[in-house]
Amino acid sequence: MSSEWPLWEIFIRGQHGLNHRHVGSLHAPDAEMAIRNARDVYTRRNEGVSIWVVKANDITASSPSEKGPLFDPSNSKVYRHPTFFDIPDEVGHM
Amino acid sequence: MYAQLVKSEGSKSREDMTPEEIAFQDRIDRNEKIEPKEWMPEGYRKTLIRQIGQHAHSEIVGQLPEGNWITRAPTLERKAILLAKVQDEAGHGLYLYCAAETLGVSRDELLEKLHSGNMKYSSIFNYPTLTWADMGAVGWLVDGAAIMNQVPLQRTSYGPYSRAMIRICKEESFHQRQGYDIMMKMCAGTPEQKAMAQDALNRFWYPALMMFGPSDKDSVHSAQSMAWKIKMNTNDELRQKFVDQTVPQAEYLGLTIPDPDLKWNEEKGGYDFSEPDWTEFFAVIAGNGPCNAERLGARVKAWEDGAWFRDGLMAHAAKADERARAARHAAE
Repeated sequence: MSSEWPLWEIFIRGQHGLNHRHVGSLHAPDAEMAIRNARDVYTRRNEGVSIWVVKANDITASSPSEKGPLFDPSNSKVYRHPTFFDIPDEVGHM
Repeated sequence: MYAQLVKSEGSKSREDMTPEEIAFQDRIDRNEKIEPKEWMPEGYRKTLIRQIGQHAHSEIVGQLPEGNWITRAPTLERKAILLAKVQDEAGHGLYLYCAAETLGVSRDELLEKLHSGNMKYSSIFNYPTLTWADMGAVGWLVDGAAIMNQVPLQRTSYGPYSRAMIRICKEESFHQRQGYDIMMKMCAGTPEQKAMAQDALNRFWYPALMMFGPSDKDSVHSAQSMAWKIKMNTNDELRQKFVDQTVPQAEYLGLTIPDPDLKWNEEKGGYDFSEPDWTEFFAVIAGNGPCNAERLGARVKAWEDGAWFRDGLMAHAAKADERARAARHAAE
């Protein structure tokens, strides 16, 4: 039985200067082939101008069970949003 | 649809659910997306693997009937278009395999199950494509039926499946249009060409209706899948929608739907139509359609003939890794 090609996660940067964004994954024997395959699988319609490939095994992800401890603390810090502060109309745009 | 007769697991009433299962169902009812590493009932996971796997297999096997015509397309432009369409199908299969793999099944396992006949693909691809007009009928009817099913699946509860469907739907309407475009051309051509288009419609109409799966009264797996939002509409709902959409398109072409009982029903606001031959459907699903052996044979052959190449690339990658490590070691 042959060994399966490793899984790569694919990130593409679109035309408009945005960050690379995760678009999916694919199997490839090495990084170079992963980029070539990603070109065919994920950019058939001009979706990107740059590709990153990362071996799926090399990604460390936060675990779903940590969701509360990780993200809940920011819920109570509404003052981090500009709308928290009332600025009088006379002050003008700020 | 590309996944027919997907066996669903464990239908449970709320009273019989564990607290975890209740919390899970509540998340789905709130339209929250379920993501790969989160807790999910085993039945949800297994049903999804079957459904997404069957969907992926259908995209891959679905390349074969159209691949048959790439070298015989009537013009270079038609050939380039068909090639792009078939390449899209390969891409769709890959998106879906990746979505299935997030549920803990490996790509090789999925392929092994396809090759051994333990997993199915859509019955539609077991019919032959005999003339160029069949490329028109396949795009128009088969991709049309697939879109009918895939559009609602963009809202399915499993995140990776939903994202794959969004991507696929964006690309799919080109497929249906290219098919209809072929039909328009044929129908505006010589009487012989128009007759070919009619013949293609005659042969693909009922197999296309079968794509939505058996009638609701015989579809035993729907309830649980719908509660889990991995099936969004019943088979009959989608089939009705497909007929209502397709009949006027056939009229525009000047073609006749091969159903003498097809009739507009003012009361229900849709067409009455004849059911496909379900005996034929179950025979095709069981492996006894006109092209089952040929399709599966082609898949298995491609997989086996490609083994040396896949292994060769892996060996090359391992050696390159080894060389890079040695070079780093020497530099230190």
